[in-house]
Amino acid sequence: MATQLIKGNTAIIIGAMYARCDCYFGYPITPATEILHEASKYFPMTGRKFVQAESEEAAINMVYGASATGHRVMTASSGPGISLKQEGISFLAGAELPCVIVDIMWAGPGLGNIGPEQADYTQLVKGGGHGNYRNIVLAPNSVQEMCDFTIKAFELADKYRNPVIVLADGVLGQMVEPLQFPENISKHSINTSWAVCGNKETKNNLVASIFLDFDQLEDFNFRLQHKYETIKENEVEFEEYSMEDAEIILVAYGISSRIARSAVEKTRKHGIKVGLFRPKTLFPFPEKALKKIAEKRQCTFISVEMSNGQMIEDIILAIGCSRPVKLINRMGGNLVDVEDITKKIIEIAEGK
Amino acid sequence: MEDPRIKIIKKPKSILNEFPRKGGSASTATHYCPGCGHGIFHKLIGEAIDELNIQDRIVMTSPVGCAVFAYYYFDCGHVQVAHGRAPAVGTGISRAEDNAIVILYQGDGDLASIGLNEKIQAANRGEKMAVFFINNTVYGMTGGQMAPTTLVGEVTVTCQEGRDPRFTGYPLHMSELLNNLKAPVFIERASLSDPSHIRKAKRAVKKALKIQKEGKGYAFVELLSPCPTNLRQDAEGAEKFLNEQMEVEFPLTNFRDRSSEAEPLYRGASDFSKELLDNIFEVNTQSEMEPLDDPDFKTKVIKIAGFGGQGVLSMGLIIARAACKARNHVSWYPSYGPEQRGGTSNCTVVISGEIIGSPAIDNPDILVALNKTSLEEFIPRVKNGGTILYDLEIGNFNCQKNIRTIAVPATKIAKKHGVVKAANTVMLGVLMVISKEISQKFFIEAIKQSFAKKPKLIPINLDILEAGSKWAYKNLEI
Repeated sequence: MATQLIKGNTAIIIGAMYARCDCYFGYPITPATEILHEASKYFPMTGRKFVQAESEEAAINMVYGASATGHRVMTASSGPGISLKQEGISFLAGAELPCVIVDIMWAGPGLGNIGPEQADYTQLVKGGGHGNYRNIVLAPNSVQEMCDFTIKAFELADKYRNPVIVLADGVLGQMVEPLQFPENISKHSINTSWAVCGNKETKNNLVASIFLDFDQLEDFNFRLQHKYETIKENEVEFEEYSMEDAEIILVAYGISSRIARSAVEKTRKHGIKVGLFRPKTLFPFPEKALKKIAEKRQCTFISVEMSNGQMIEDIILAIGCSRPVKLINRMGGNLVDVEDITKKIIEIAEGK
Repeated sequence: MEDPRIKIIKKPKSILNEFPRKGGSASTATHYCPGCGHGIFHKLIGEAIDELNIQDRIVMTSPVGCAVFAYYYFDCGHVQVAHGRAPAVGTGISRAEDNAIVILYQGDGDLASIGLNEKIQAANRGEKMAVFFINNTVYGMTGGQMAPTTLVGEVTVTCQEGRDPRFTGYPLHMSELLNNLKAPVFIERASLSDPSHIRKAKRAVKKALKIQKEGKGYAFVELLSPCPTNLRQDAEGAEKFLNEQMEVEFPLTNFRDRSSEAEPLYRGASDFSKELLDNIFEVNTQSEMEPLDDPDFKTKVIKIAGFGGQGVLSMGLIIARAACKARNHVSWYPSYGPEQRGGTSNCTVVISGEIIGSPAIDNPDILVALNKTSLEEFIPRVKNGGTILYDLEIGNFNCQKNIRTIAVPATKIAKKHGVVKAANTVMLGVLMVISKEISQKFFIEAIKQSFAKKPKLIPINLDILEAGSKWAYKNLEI
């Protein structure tokens, strides 16, 4: 298959273009900026629409407008930019508009620094803006997945009329790996049952998230929750590595899962029964799969994160506190170290 | 036969007969207060839409404010938007649907306060939209607070002694502000105070929509409008307030009309063909085959470090490219951010026969150091039994471990070839010889590909690569 060395951020735009994304609206921010650069270069080359917005809020609201017309549309940013977009994301979720939002996380809080971190987990996986909504959140861990998950994100966004987040970090955005190019262009047609396109066919449509009547708004909220339950039923994805007999189970997503994989390879050589469980979807979180593992065998979980331990709460909830769950984490732009994980695994294996 | 002397004034077709979206028992009554300007203005928009025959093409944005329910009344496509964000939303709609006629309907808090940035920026881009700005000097829906357009001395619930410019500044003149920009096609301020003013306002509204019908760009109409409820006025008082006070602060005039010279702006259709994308990304001409698993291939980690500008990152990319051509699994990860700008720079290349775990491994098998700072920083991390390539000009250093150190006269050789910056390519030549896993032909191809856009540089770089490899064969035990 046609393979090229491609940067993670570029792979996002390649995926978006093969997924028929028609509009890109964004604001410059390291380490996500190359996504904006590539969009500014490639979208106009194909007659697609690109605007460098005046602010992150404007960018997400341009996404809202273009999405309301039924076209495929995206934006990308990093930590602080995502914080600014939260109002718009809530409106998108409330109006049930499909779109793709990429977050190449940097280290916070506040200005922090542009090093890689995974501390936007809570603000994107749990909600972030006002109201009872959820984003679908996909977590790639390679350049290939930066492309493939972006394509998938557009499909899920349309399927559920919901914002979909591609949650990556500075390392995934900046690294280069071989990318196998998509072999097809995604299919997409404007859904005239709800889109507002400025034509006769869609004249009677209304895109809105306002319900003055409390009961109506409550009904709508219950309907949203039902949609999220359907998503939980149908869209969970995860990967298991070396898990058959594992008694120590690393749980990690994104770049942490790559580092964790190296630690598994290394400690397996010492004869320790260790495996890696990698959620590919963070919402829906693979809670049933984790629960099943915890029920079936005596084991210890280790959440490997580049944050203060935001995903660990979901692991504990999933397994209902039935097994010990430890945390190995770094913050501030530091990567988790293979050696640190290895040491911890050996400690646990030796019963310390 | 119609009697030409009789003119029947009817409700515009583009305003609904009944308002089912509103609900409630009074299905033909609006939610607006008696005496409010919105009702009058809705009618003007409806009439203009009918007369221009553009109903199907309209996408109206309903703002946060009293007109949040504009979608109850107009028979057209609607998008309800967040407070202040209509210009950005309208931009998105207009860019995606070139033929849509976008109407922004905004009040003073929405347009001139929380959404001021979006307002100016969309106007400055000359977005295709008709903007109708209802200026009634007060926040209506939230209950009568001071607006950016509140007059000096005017009483509102948040300036109960009257607006005092010492603490709250002066009324913001939006039409004048936007008139400083180059892009807008049409800017006018009108009033809804009485029938003669309303007739003039109608002409401005129709003009703004005609500009949209013709796809000519940004049109802005500010309307002085009564809010008798919040300003505690009766009908007469409201009319007087508009004519005698607001008009003094906000003079009624056409600021600009460039509609006759403005050219229609069409943004064209998007191309979603695979052929075009494959062409753009050179999928069929510049691609390799996908990586193959090879359990016998021992994973190799190479770290390259030096000053920014020494070609540290590009050297790493050439190695990665050679590995990709050899169908190895490979990853390249740079230091990024402020480090890139002037300071030191480094990257890590991992080459493997299987899926790569961490791309950011700290302990390299091979360290290529192009300056002393980087050499000293990374020596402690080189694996036991590893190799360090460093520039001879760096001089002596301490290295305790069981590590092979190779002083390469990289800068010297590069200078001899007249390209002092190509020390990295000399190092590449040496690396190519000592790391036998990847065939030399892939390095040569990788260099050719890397300089594809500057083909003049290919021969000299290949010469320097060759010189590096010759030096290695001559001076090292291979």
